[in-house]
Parts: sequence; C-alpha cells; structure tokens
Amino acid sequence: MLKVRVIPTLLWKDFGLVKGVGFDSWRRVGSVLPAVKVYNSRDVDELIVVDISASQQQNRPDYESVSDFSEECFVPLTVGGGITELDDVLHLLHSGADKVSINSAAFVNPKIIDIVAAKFGVQCTVASIDVRQFEDGSYHCFSHAGTQDVGRNPVDWAKELVSRGAGEILLTSINRDGTMKGYDIDLTERIVKSVDVPVIASGGAGNYQHMIDVVLQAGASAVAAASIFHFTEQTPAGAKSAMKLAGIPIRQNFIGLNSK
Amino acid sequence: MRVAIINYGMGNLGSVRRAFEEIGAEAVIANHPSTLYEVDRVILPGVGSFAEGMAHLNRGGWVSAIHDVVTQQNKPLLGICLGMQMLADKSDEGGETKGLGLISGEVKRISLLGCEQRIPHMGWNEVNYKTEDVVFNGIPQSSDFYFVHSYAFAPRDLQNIVAVVNYGCELTAAVRNKNVFGCQFHPEKSSKAGRQLLKNFMNYSAC
Repeated sequence: MLKVRVIPTLLWKDFGLVKGVGFDSWRRVGSVLPAVKVYNSRDVDELIVVDISASQQQNRPDYESVSDFSEECFVPLTVGGGITELDDVLHLLHSGADKVSINSAAFVNPKIIDIVAAKFGVQCTVASIDVRQFEDGSYHCFSHAGTQDVGRNPVDWAKELVSRGAGEILLTSINRDGTMKGYDIDLTERIVKSVDVPVIASGGAGNYQHMIDVVLQAGASAVAAASIFHFTEQTPAGAKSAMKLAGIPIRQNFIGLNSK
Repeated sequence: MRVAIINYGMGNLGSVRRAFEEIGAEAVIANHPSTLYEVDRVILPGVGSFAEGMAHLNRGGWVSAIHDVVTQQNKPLLGICLGMQMLADKSDEGGETKGLGLISGEVKRISLLGCEQRIPHMGWNEVNYKTEDVVFNGIPQSSDFYFVHSYAFAPRDLQNIVAVVNYGCELTAAVRNKNVFGCQFHPEKSSKAGRQLLKNFMNYSAC
C-alpha cells in the first residue's frame, strides 16, 4: 500500500531559509543546506525546496544551490521557484532535483506543463497552486509567491493542470500559511475530489492532529509543513507516529542501521 | 572495489553516484563502454522510456560491452528502475522493443498486469522479498522503498523474482539471475534501506 507522505517545505530567499505568515512578513530561520542535512538524517519522506524570490525578481533557478542541496538529500527532492521554460527543468534535474514544482509560469504559459510532462514524465511534474480565500468565501489562485491575483478558480485550474500532465498538485492556502491553525480542509477536499493525481496539502499545520484531519477528512496524499517544524518541538517522525496511531499508512523509519 | 555507473544519456546519474559515495564506494561515471572493463561492478540506472533507453544503449555501443563483462567476466550488475526493465527480453513501451535479454521476460504496462490503480505507481511502498537474497541482507521484510514507474517487469521464470510490491496487484520489485540484479524502486532515493541495499550489492561476491 502506498504511504501518506510527510514533507517538510523549505523556503529560501536570498540564500537564507525563511518562513512567513500568509506569504508575508518573512522571517529568517536559518540556512537551507544544514536544514536539508538535518531532515535527511531524520528520514523524512521527501523534501520540497522553493526559491520564493525567483519568480518575483524574474531570476532563473539557482542551479548551484540546488546541486548542493541534492548532494545531501537521499529522498526525493522537489524544487520550485523561477521555472519558466523547459531548459530550466533540464538544468534542475541535472542538478539533482527529482521533481520540479511549477506555479507562476503555468498561468503565463499553461503549455509549459504539457511540455515538461511529455519530456520528463508526469512523475516529475508537480503543479503548485497558491490559493487565497476572500471574505465572501470565494477562492482565487495567486501567482508570484502570492502577490498577484490571477482570478482563476482553483478547482478549474487544478483540473486543467492535471489534464495537461501535472502528476501531482501542491496545494497551499495563503490564508492558513504560517498561522499553524490547521489546513484548509474544505479547499483541499474540493481539489482532491476534482483530480485523480495525488494532492499535497500545504499551509496551516500547527500540530499532528491537523495533519491527520487533512488526510482523513480531505483525502490528501501527503502533508507539507514548515512552521510546525521550524518553530515548535514537533518533528516529521512525531507526525508519522501520530498518523500511524490514527490508522494512516505511513513509511516506517528504517531503524536497523545508523545513518552512515 | 570500483563501480561504474553507465552514462547513456538518460537518468539521474548524480543521485546514484552520491549514494555510492555515501556508502564509501568508489563510483565512476562511465561515459564509454571501455570503462566497464576497468571496474569491478556495473550499475545501469535509468529514468525514461524503454525504447529511448535501448536506442541510447545501442547507439553508444553499450550492449555488447554489457554482455561481455556480465556473462564472460561475471561482473555483478545492478539495474535500477528503467535499468532493471531493460534487462528483460522486450517491452511494449514506445513500440515493441528488444531489451538486453539478461533476464528472460517482458515489460508491460502496469494496467495490463492487472493493476487498476492510478498510474504511475509513485511513492513509498512496502517491498516483500520472497527469498533471503543477499541484496536484502539486514533489511527488514516489508521495508518501504521509493517507486516511480508505469511499466513493470514480468520475468518468465518466477525464480528470478526476488521481491514484490503490492499496488492493487503484485508487481515485481526486485529480480536476480546469478550475477545480474535489478530493482524497480530507486535505492538512491530510498534513504537508509536503499543505502543498505547498495552496500549489499557492493559486498556481494560471486562464487
């Protein structure tokens, strides 16, 4: 049986590891490389690393840093930020990324998803959707690290991305991001029900129960989280133990060996 | 003990090389078939389609060199993912294509093997070995490994199936025919269990 994954998200900006609230008020919480090393030694299921300044500043992905991260990562590594064309993806994969996460570029040129999936396979094509909920309850997709309202409904957009070849959806609630008040269950459930690829829930995890809820109630295939791991004593291993107790299939940490 | 990782223009060579470095093995990227004669063991990695992979192997002159070092010189070889599938006689991915024929059998789309779940089979899944094979030394039964594939290897001789994975139906997870090994999962991305498997492969001695 396939396991539900616990995925720490590492956001990086100008060489530092950062975390914000609602995609704003970024706070530096360390450096990326040591964090990759620590998570790798703690046997997380996957890692997502996103350069949040790349698309806003129209920078190309930083292949050199990605190469450094991948050297320390022995689980699947997803890299996002600043990807606009096929060539970027090729370089990222050569730098050690296993999957790429595409967000802003897909709004500008949706065909990038078709092209990347055709060339490198759906398994390495992750479509990232950042969603903000308005007071009237409506949801809009946002691009460029949450700074631009593209006016699209996330359910329709998710369907289009999957029909174009996205193999996975990384769904982030901007409202919940960094709040540690729990995932947006309703939003996640809507997306899970509208596509047949795995949906990674992101934004709002503050305790293990939040992760359990978004898996059991909304059907998320994976839970991504950052603040809970940066700012509390809770760990990916702890999350997996709690999820296991709740009856969720998780990957058992392999304890027969030391890390080396 | 030196291991060569075949660079035929496809696959995640960097990750594979790093994983071998991590277990203290001397890994070289083989850019030319002649390198296979200078090492003790061979890795055939791979991400991509069967037809394209075999085309690259044929074009680069790898096929005869692989056969030579594996069957004449008895060097251990480990095929990973597509690299394992190419050990087969043939596949229908990208049009019927002949494989290396080192382990008899065919590669078929998962759905044709009776699996009704979504494709690709992607993520961490439990591997159950059928026999106590050297490559699973020290690895508990049902350990999780990382899979990404849409096709699977169906060996003709069931004795060649070392381990299986359940994804709605039973799929081949690892194969072996004497000194030729293969795994459908990615040991280089399977954390500690994967590292142990690579160590076991390096420690294996044909006798």
